[in-house]
Amino acid sequence: MTTVAVSAPRASAPSRALAFVRRNLLALWAVLALAYILLPIAVVILFSFNDPVGRFNYTWEGFTLDHWREPFAVPGLRDAIVVSLEIAAIASLLATILGTLIALALVRYGFRGRGATNLLIFLPMTTPEVVMGASLLTLFLNLGVSTGFWTIFIAHVAFCISFVVVTVKARIVGFDRHLEEAAMDLGASEWTTFRRVTLPLIAPGIVAGALIAFALSVDDFVITNFNAGATVTFPLYVWGAARVGVPPQVNVIGTMIFLVAVTLMLMNVLLQRRRGT
Amino acid sequence: MGFVHRHRWTVPYLLLAPGLAWLALFFVVPIYYLASTSLQTGSIDIGYTMTWAWSNYRDAITTYDEHFVRSLKYASLATIAALLISYPLAYFIAFRGGRWKNLLLLLVIAPFFVTYLIRTLAWQTILTDDGLVADVLRSVGLLADDGRLLATPIAVVAGITYNFLPFMALPLYVSLEQIDGRLVEAANDLYASRVQSFLRVTLPLSLPGVFAGTLLTFIPAMGDFVNAELLGTPRQAMIGNVIQSKFLVITDYPQAAALSFALMAGILVLVAFYARVLGTERVSV
Repeated sequence: MTTVAVSAPRASAPSRALAFVRRNLLALWAVLALAYILLPIAVVILFSFNDPVGRFNYTWEGFTLDHWREPFAVPGLRDAIVVSLEIAAIASLLATILGTLIALALVRYGFRGRGATNLLIFLPMTTPEVVMGASLLTLFLNLGVSTGFWTIFIAHVAFCISFVVVTVKARIVGFDRHLEEAAMDLGASEWTTFRRVTLPLIAPGIVAGALIAFALSVDDFVITNFNAGATVTFPLYVWGAARVGVPPQVNVIGTMIFLVAVTLMLMNVLLQRRRGT
Repeated sequence: MGFVHRHRWTVPYLLLAPGLAWLALFFVVPIYYLASTSLQTGSIDIGYTMTWAWSNYRDAITTYDEHFVRSLKYASLATIAALLISYPLAYFIAFRGGRWKNLLLLLVIAPFFVTYLIRTLAWQTILTDDGLVADVLRSVGLLADDGRLLATPIAVVAGITYNFLPFMALPLYVSLEQIDGRLVEAANDLYASRVQSFLRVTLPLSLPGVFAGTLLTFIPAMGDFVNAELLGTPRQAMIGNVIQSKFLVITDYPQAAALSFALMAGILVLVAFYARVLGTERVSV
């Protein structure tokens, strides 16, 4: 009798656990998937506080705040970050202007050559980066242009345009044209209507497109690698450092970029939620 | 006002011109130069001349067939893995996320904002020989005492899967989120089991997302060389590694160009075939 009494809960505990797993399989899967997605980020942040013994920052040796106090203590890192930010700023600015104009034309006007235009927007997004980088390099080689800051800029604008078009287009499609008609009925000129009605309404789409272009530019390694010459951007710096041991300062910068991006996105989420209620 | 009115038809072209000119000059023309370089012979010292050397392609493909096949294998495995991981996750966020939807979505794309290379280096740290994961696997006997995780095909495929996961998860989420819940309810009212209503209603309606997601993952995965370089050894080298080193280290431009072009053509053929199989009319991107 006693053995039964003891073994009964023992037998049912696993089966209860199994029933729980079966009922919440989807949620468990989602939690595991999110853990997998976030694990490397946790590692990046954790190892920015590591105090590595040798050149390699692979194993946990001890806690230190030194790298956060002196994020630019390693030579070349600050310059690389400045180059990356400069290129991202001007490339995303130009790509946003060019992309927004294309998006306006595609959504607002009927014209011949729409199919070809869509194809030209679509292709850069589906071409492997290595092919795009290599083809730009052959262009510059054939024209005798030496690669450097401005060839990186050219390349970044080229691959960012399509993403801006797609983002801005999504915003223009969803907006009420009657607002513009109303403005024109009230005597506003075409230009005034654009400036005072259209532009403010599609501004969130333009800002989103600009942010995506900026993020893509700062993060790009493959295409930049082909067209950088002697110029070093932040990803190129990391690539070079990977061979000889990445200093923990790179983790510090990575964490900073991550925090800025997440803060921006969180603000956006909260803003939307407040507007929604 | 006058000019705009009289020449209304020119407005779209004026809007398009600067952007399309940029893409023509710095996307289309370079592809032309790539094609032309792939048919030249010569060397960096004596210069290159156009000789219509189609043999560049034959040489490139016969010498590096192994790398092409490996890229195809790794990219396919990574795409399937990303689909299996992302679909339930996207499903969960779309149907059970409630008011946390946007926040959960933010968690999915957050890693995107740590530089690609730093993310990959983090996997180096995770999978390294004396790291936690390897230690645990060894202690439970899943990994031999001298077994490695880093520098194996598994590490490379895991890295590719991870790095392109958002490209899979986002389109899946978008297509699942758009599904009208009433359709699923209707199926349930008509006595479909949960599995049936998923297979007959939800899954078919989410196919556009599956199509877009698998392409957006597979294409960059095919051309990738970062994961093989940082997480693998030369024995895991993919076609991207060959192209990169031919261009930037060995400077054998014609053969490098031929390899790039062969890669692009190969991908286009695969994509066309895939679109055919999945049924194009249902899945316009």
